Amino acid sequence: MDPRLFTAIAVVVGVPLVLLGYIVLTEQVLRPVPDRRRGTVRPWLWLTPALVFLAVFLVYPTIGTIIKSFQNTSGTEFVGLDNYIYFFTSPSTLGALKNNVLWVILLTLLTVGFGMLIAVLVDRVRYESVAKAVIFLPLAISMVAASVIWRFMFLYAPPGQPQVGTLNAFAGLFNFGPFAWLQLQDFSINTVLLIVVMAWMWTGFCMVIISAALKGISVELMEAARVDGATEWQVFRRIVFPLLLPTLAVVATTIVITALKAFDIVYVMTGGNFDTQVMAQSMITQMFTNGNFGRASAVAVVLLLTIIPVMLLNIRRFQAQEAIR
Amino acid sequence: MEELGHRRSRIAVLIATVAIVAAACSSTSSSPSSAASTGASSAPAPSTGGSGAPAPSSAGGDLTGQSVSVIGTWTSDEEKAFRSMVAPWEAKTGAKMNYTGTRDLNTVLTTGVASGVLPDLAGLPGPGQMAQWADSLVDLGGVLDVPTYTSETAPALVTLGTVNDKLVGVFIKTAVKGLIWFDPKTVDLTATPPATWDDLQKAITDNKSKAASPWCLGVESGAASGWPGTDWIEDLVLRQAGPDVYAQWYQGKVKWTDPAIKTAWTTFGDVVASSFGGSATVNATNFANAGDPLFKTPPGCLFLHQASFITGLGAFKTATAGTDYNFFQFPDINTQYTGAVEGAGDLFGMFHDTPAAKSLMAWLVTAPAQDIWVKIGGALSANKNATDYPDDISKRSAAILTNAKTFAFDASDLMPSAMNDAFWKGIVAYIKDPSQLDSILTNLDTVQADAYAAP
Repeated sequence: MDPRLFTAIAVVVGVPLVLLGYIVLTEQVLRPVPDRRRGTVRPWLWLTPALVFLAVFLVYPTIGTIIKSFQNTSGTEFVGLDNYIYFFTSPSTLGALKNNVLWVILLTLLTVGFGMLIAVLVDRVRYESVAKAVIFLPLAISMVAASVIWRFMFLYAPPGQPQVGTLNAFAGLFNFGPFAWLQLQDFSINTVLLIVVMAWMWTGFCMVIISAALKGISVELMEAARVDGATEWQVFRRIVFPLLLPTLAVVATTIVITALKAFDIVYVMTGGNFDTQVMAQSMITQMFTNGNFGRASAVAVVLLLTIIPVMLLNIRRFQAQEAIR
Repeated sequence: MEELGHRRSRIAVLIATVAIVAAACSSTSSSPSSAASTGASSAPAPSTGGSGAPAPSSAGGDLTGQSVSVIGTWTSDEEKAFRSMVAPWEAKTGAKMNYTGTRDLNTVLTTGVASGVLPDLAGLPGPGQMAQWADSLVDLGGVLDVPTYTSETAPALVTLGTVNDKLVGVFIKTAVKGLIWFDPKTVDLTATPPATWDDLQKAITDNKSKAASPWCLGVESGAASGWPGTDWIEDLVLRQAGPDVYAQWYQGKVKWTDPAIKTAWTTFGDVVASSFGGSATVNATNFANAGDPLFKTPPGCLFLHQASFITGLGAFKTATAGTDYNFFQFPDINTQYTGAVEGAGDLFGMFHDTPAAKSLMAWLVTAPAQDIWVKIGGALSANKNATDYPDDISKRSAAILTNAKTFAFDASDLMPSAMNDAFWKGIVAYIKDPSQLDSILTNLDTVQADAYAAP
């Protein structure tokens, strides 16, 4: 028998069996526990597998990464803060840091902004689902494929040659260019162009979530405002927007994380050349090209620390909401 | 309604929080690639049918049902050529090769060496990288018939595959670098190849009107963008400063800001300045298509500097050797160093010494095996006895390699990978803005000081 078939059967049959077995087992364990305390013990027993997975695949690697970030290339001895000093003094990683800031700000503004705009606009048209599907589609494309597609958009050929790249062909119609778009370092134009690619992919995601939140706002509320003489802008500014805020925060957090994780687009389109390098990519280079586990871990820890404030902000907002209830 | 909304956002916050943590630490703890994991699972149990220790090249014994996992960089046409090289071995022994071709070989093997999940055999990115993995590689002394291998292979290649007196890497194909290609229909230098750099400059001046610009150049190559430029610098250093400086340079003993190295960069800068389309085109053009303007009407350039494998790429693939394209060797600059040739090759190493893996390895280094790829084209053999070249061009490039007085291996492949990566990036930055040369070289010095230090 094909071993793959065996694996497939084992997974399809085995996994539910094990889960069922675990539930039965917990009930066996609970039998000696007095009735009134079973309610408090049971959830913990059910949570155990998840907690174990979390510990093994999340907590342990995080701690391991933090330890490695204080060690040398191959992790044989401790080097103190050397890896962090390298991170904050080397021009290439500092450039990556600068670019990541740009990614976080611009990508969030573009995706959340356009996502909200589109969500609000399509809310009122008959072909809403078609429009939303079209805008959502790019998210289904893999990042690498999207990067390859956009490489064709930005393609450059020397003046006098046929311009195959969409952007340069278009610019040519007005006797502009051609421009080597991905090499335009001034004002980080090339980084902005890479962010546009990511925004093209993620605007649909923001739109779908914001649109769902929009549907949750009660129509009576808006009707009442309109009866009271509020303009459409006032309805949006005073009623819709405040009610959307919690959703916007969640969406923005997701996008901030996406921006910090940005790697594929840079790797495929510029390889980090022309001052477009980002942190995730310098982490991969340190790890897999240079085999330097210490520095790669230091970058990972810096990434983790960068995300913590965003996380805290979200938790605080969540707690504030709980308090209102 | 309100309740539902809150619950939804609570779940969303939860998901987001998990995602945050996952995002921050998943990248370093990422699992070994699936390509690598096929390696361990297919390592067969010790078999009774195996031929055992030093397998004579042609033997192999009956290995029916066994398999060897192999990872290499070759894909598409190159993969086909490699597979046809292995086919006779499969037919003879009854064993099977599971080949995975990946351009991300470095990543797969770095994780593999750290985790122990490795293929039986693997192509190795270069001697520098191989040395870093020497402890994980099997000593081929007990696998190959070493005296035969040494007698059939250039001594320089044998040395390059040896780390601490342990033969861990063998070459199964090679390439000669620093060939200058031209279209004889535009400018015919077949009979009178320029002997010196000055002759070449004269040839350029004489034929100026025949093409838009003297040189064709393209350094785009994904994450490895810049490497065709490193070949230029290497060829120039080798001929301007000689093999000794060349060796000290890749060993990290000569600084990048050293006048000998800097001169090579400025000479390369002249080439960039006179290349087809200018610097933006050079950085935007893939190396495989860099030579295409040679064959355009009117021609875009007179010359292209590239290794022997270019004949299998871009417009060369459909052109006819001899009538559409031809080459001459990189001319001498300082006649003191005549006869130095730069070459490169594809290293192969063994991570698990299973009987089938041993048998395949022994087959790959033999002349009959290497003749198969040589005949298909695009490769030069590492085995001196494999000479089944399909055309005059490949025969001549093979002769350059065998007749070389000094054989210099591709310097960037010998540098630590951090240095090599910075070299590539330096080339791209220099092409973009030649006025930054000093800061680029100073930066390379910083990387050099750091990369050569013991771990």
